[in-house]
Amino acid sequence: MSEENLRRTPLYERHAELGAKLVPFAGWEMPVTYEGIREEHSAVRTHAGMFDVSHMGEVEVEGPGALAFLQRVLSNDVAKIAIGGAQYSCLCNEEGGVLDDLFTYRLGGDRYLIVTNSANHASDLAWLGRWSRQFGDVAVRDVADRYAMLAVQGPHARAIVSAALRVELPPRMRVAPVRIGARPALACGTGYTGEDGVELLIDPEIAPAIWVELLDAGVVPCGLGARDTLRLEVCFHLHGNDLTPERNPIEAGLGWCCVEETGFVGAEAVAQARREGTAEKLVPFKIEGAGIPREGNPVMRGDEQVGVVTSGTFSPSLELGIGMAYLQTDLAEPGSEVEIDVRGKRRPARIASKPLYQRKG
Amino acid sequence: MTLSDAHYPDDLLYHDQHDWARLEGDEHAVFGITWYAQDSLGEVVFYDAPEIGATISKDASYAEVESVKAVSDVIAPMSGEIVEVNDSLEDAPERINEDPYGEGWLVKVRLTHPEERGALLDAGEYRKMLEKS
Repeated sequence: MSEENLRRTPLYERHAELGAKLVPFAGWEMPVTYEGIREEHSAVRTHAGMFDVSHMGEVEVEGPGALAFLQRVLSNDVAKIAIGGAQYSCLCNEEGGVLDDLFTYRLGGDRYLIVTNSANHASDLAWLGRWSRQFGDVAVRDVADRYAMLAVQGPHARAIVSAALRVELPPRMRVAPVRIGARPALACGTGYTGEDGVELLIDPEIAPAIWVELLDAGVVPCGLGARDTLRLEVCFHLHGNDLTPERNPIEAGLGWCCVEETGFVGAEAVAQARREGTAEKLVPFKIEGAGIPREGNPVMRGDEQVGVVTSGTFSPSLELGIGMAYLQTDLAEPGSEVEIDVRGKRRPARIASKPLYQRKG
Repeated sequence: MTLSDAHYPDDLLYHDQHDWARLEGDEHAVFGITWYAQDSLGEVVFYDAPEIGATISKDASYAEVESVKAVSDVIAPMSGEIVEVNDSLEDAPERINEDPYGEGWLVKVRLTHPEERGALLDAGEYRKMLEKS
């Protein structure tokens, strides 16, 4: 995509003002860092940081048939979401491949909001629309333009947000309708950093003012760079890297959010993978010594390639190279030793257990 | 971290791939990356140095510097043989950001083709090149 076609979030001017380094990401011009990835990473681990994630998409699903429809398309047991609840699940194709991973919030009796990854928003919408036609009494609406999204994360995030915006926040894994900037908004007790915090879905018009209020309250602006290091330290998946339509949730370690008994699209394939096991498994690893693994690096045992890195970075918390890789299942146990081929140099690595970074306290 | 402001010392020669050379006599030089290079890369977290004794060629990669997000090849501004590497960067690669022309130097080289200096840019020419890009 050429640079002229990049979309900008309602907070673009604020990012530019702060001197953010902006990069193209999934068709959007997004801040990758403001003052430095390590500083921003550390702010979220120890204090509070905020991310403009307005590029993420929102889809509203409403109607008497909403539950039956969502049970059909989402891998998790949607019937388990209480009103005001949140749930993580996969959107699978018929072969059990992961089209997207998403959060579903139940806003009312038969009203749900799904948050999509920006790169998949259009294809998710088409997929959901297609399947919804088998259910006469459900509406699927693209409401991405209705919301700006701010993730405020870190041990002090909740306290600062509720004081600065004068809002009562829902507990973890819950969603609440609130008023922010005198407009209706949604506060969600979710995040992508491994820290406590909230995600705020707010009116795009007031987003710049809310951003400044939080900035003034001491929340540190953080870019996509820190978002990636934070999520990888706690082994949260990134669709497009760790999850793809060619991989099923079982090999990705997401069997916990698949309930095949609901009969979702792809359930048969997922059940088979669960029953028979998979040839490869997604595992986290740490480099022992120097070197930073990157997406696409081969995982080696002697002369044999035994896997491939899907996410790799330098961990600011652990101060070493970390990553996730699809690895032959017989080698995929914590403690197992492999080598990562980092641009021709063999870097010894050890398979670890999740998460790679454990939250303090 | 406080990063230095953009600067390109007049006593250095520059390669258009954002590397500098400080000549020491006729046969030796110190190499590093420019302020522009470290700023584009972001906080350097790893410097993969070449071996002492390695032969390096003008315009070819001789080392790698990595930030959290990206890896970048370091291009040799002149040809020669590595006689010293900056070992202090192993524990403190951030010096490449903080002091790219001083404590953040990368290698010392015995030049095999000292005449290659003629192809390098002076500080003024390098600054002009950056302004155009």
